[in-house]
Amino acid sequence: MTELEKKGKAALVPSGWDYAPAPESREIVRIDERYGHFVGGEWLEPRETYTTIAPASEEPLAEVGQATPEEVYGAIATAREAFENGWSGLPGSERAKYLFRIARILQERSREFAVLESLNGGKPIKESRDVDLPLAAAHFFYYAGWADKLEYAFPNRRPRPVGVAGQIIPWNFPLLMLAWKIAPALAAGNTVVLKPAETTPLTALLFCDVVRQAELPAGVVNIVTGDGRAGAAIVEGDVDKIAFTGSTEVGKAIQREVAGSGKRLTLELGGKAANIVFDDCALDQAVEGIVNGIYFNQGHVCCAGSRLFVQESIHDDLVEKLKRRMKTLRVGDPLDKNTDIGAINSRAQLEKIQELVAAGEEEGAEIYQPPCKLPERGYWFAPTVFTNVAQSYRIAQEEIFGPVLSVLTFRTPAEAVEKANNTPYGLSAGIWTEKGSRILWMAERLRAGVVWANTFNRFDPASPFGGYKESGFGREGGRHGLEPYLEFEP
Amino acid sequence: MAKAPVLARGFELPLEPRLPRIGSVDAVALEARAESLAKRSIKKEAKLFALELAIRMIDLTTLEGADTPGKVHALATKAVRPDPSDESIPSCAALCVYPNLVPTAVARLRGTGVKVASVATAFPSGQSPLDVKVRETEEVVAMGADEVDMVIDRGAFLSGRYAKVYDEIVQVKQACGEAHLKVILEVAELGTYDNVRRASLLAMAAGADFVKTSTGKLSGAATLPVTLCMLEAIRDVHEETGRMVGMKPAGGIRQAKQAVQYLVQLYETLGAEWLTPDLYRIGASTLLNDVLMQIRKERTGRYQSPDYFTVD
Repeated sequence: MTELEKKGKAALVPSGWDYAPAPESREIVRIDERYGHFVGGEWLEPRETYTTIAPASEEPLAEVGQATPEEVYGAIATAREAFENGWSGLPGSERAKYLFRIARILQERSREFAVLESLNGGKPIKESRDVDLPLAAAHFFYYAGWADKLEYAFPNRRPRPVGVAGQIIPWNFPLLMLAWKIAPALAAGNTVVLKPAETTPLTALLFCDVVRQAELPAGVVNIVTGDGRAGAAIVEGDVDKIAFTGSTEVGKAIQREVAGSGKRLTLELGGKAANIVFDDCALDQAVEGIVNGIYFNQGHVCCAGSRLFVQESIHDDLVEKLKRRMKTLRVGDPLDKNTDIGAINSRAQLEKIQELVAAGEEEGAEIYQPPCKLPERGYWFAPTVFTNVAQSYRIAQEEIFGPVLSVLTFRTPAEAVEKANNTPYGLSAGIWTEKGSRILWMAERLRAGVVWANTFNRFDPASPFGGYKESGFGREGGRHGLEPYLEFEP
Repeated sequence: MAKAPVLARGFELPLEPRLPRIGSVDAVALEARAESLAKRSIKKEAKLFALELAIRMIDLTTLEGADTPGKVHALATKAVRPDPSDESIPSCAALCVYPNLVPTAVARLRGTGVKVASVATAFPSGQSPLDVKVRETEEVVAMGADEVDMVIDRGAFLSGRYAKVYDEIVQVKQACGEAHLKVILEVAELGTYDNVRRASLLAMAAGADFVKTSTGKLSGAATLPVTLCMLEAIRDVHEETGRMVGMKPAGGIRQAKQAVQYLVQLYETLGAEWLTPDLYRIGASTLLNDVLMQIRKERTGRYQSPDYFTVD
């Protein structure tokens, strides 16, 4: 046997396989040093600014405006003018053209947007590339299709636009939430003033470039940036409709403020979704669904499957499989194409997660985190699972909005329903079983806006999304998503 | 002849409250997982590692009616030394041939470390009497095959005669003696992932050293999802019994990029312990040259003409 032949058969079992870094290039996106507010198709120099950063490195990215109430009111007045002088009178087929154009531009520039989304928000590039961007474009395509068919969507009800929509969106899916808000509003013939979240303004600001590229009439889409004070000014301003996605606490405050004003309101708020796993499920796929349900986007998902209800007879085996799977999750640089879990969006959010996890440990739950090396700079939290969780623990009650899963058990379907519904929230739920009749039985009884069966966190523009109870009201997506943006003749 | 139990072993209901022994597979979620793993971006040293490992795992295969000693000799030589111009390229794991060509393969490969694998049991259909299959197995082992790639009787499986399938595997395993047994499920004929999972567990319960996807004679041979489904079955057997069973996807893996995807899937499903030719093989014929070409590209930074790689 030659040396070569011996070498060929050497029984080398490696101890691991280190994937080389595979970063997506930042070069594709140009970030300005300073951004103003986008009003009437122009950039207005902001009176105050703040710095937006990359949460993965705490590196400053740009100076952006902190809108004052006057600036917000100015944007609303501009939107009203655009509404009255043209946009609302435009035939639906014309509005559709603009929306189709925006959708196509988003597709063409998707890499640029994906990189910026990951940079400013901390989410892994594979998610911004494969989920956020395709879905954002899909929403524009979908509602473009409705723009000239509103009469068919609501037959004999003579739909017409409500006017100016004030829209306030969260930081977990910045561009996608923008699409959820702007696409139906424009399709229905409204104009908008939108405020992205304080920590993630950059893709909304880049979107202004798309608005211009699509030659959308000036003033139809206006973007102002800033923290909650700017959001409050939108709520107080002369808008006809408010659409808010964010925390239940702020949602309640908005509802109080709006009461009696005649302004229409839809709220999409928090959640504490139950993901219910029966003993007859396809186990390995359920594990994937659990991981996707809670670790997708670092758990910064209002419909995250943060409460795992496992039928007691398979609890130990399932948890073992789950832990094993968690060890393969790759935490790190959001721009690396192999990253599964990116950075926590902000220091404030990290502190909130840390506080609740500490409470979980104190209350007596058993914590598991797979060994993983977290970067030194930036905001990071290892994927976490709690077992031995009681229904009364804070980690089973409060929305953590981070990569933290609480595992509880149940014995019968009825008990699963009872426990799953035992929360002030009701945004989503998941059911894992191979038995079709049980899926239907459960879905009828779960008080949640979306019930997924044998999947989780799956979105489609044609499917309405929204909550029960303190998870909000109103639906986004689908034909239902048009309704909040339309008036009907009595 | 061993008597087949009413219920094949491995299929009795366990009394302990534990995982259902067979379980089921959700097709949509399985395919989504396979797709997401296929998107891993493997570059530089990590890619070279995978490419060299892939060569060491290849069962270089020729299964044609037109196979001759000349053809087998040429391919065997290729298996030993895939790239004569590059000393650092390892040998393949094995050469896989029809029974009549085993002596030729053995003559060329004895002492090289490259194993001789032979298909048997009325490959590819498996539609022959059991005693013929056992006899064929005994013959190829007697001629010097180190490994036997058998096919299951899909007719029996699909008509619910699991015990017959099980019993045949047990018998063939016995006939193998020291030789390693790979059990081909021919997944394209099984129709569902649930069946693939059942057949995988059945084969492992009956003593398979490896489970293998396909004969390579049908389209729709190895795919990433079906291989993942089998890896998950292997993982469950390992978790329950500690036994480590090997996996061999075969058919349709032609490009280096695909081989890397299969290895990523293996690594992230079963871990580093399975990253060895003792537990993973890739059944292929045209894959090898693409891997060689990619290795050279990775090392030199540029592609070379296919004419620099031998066609055997």
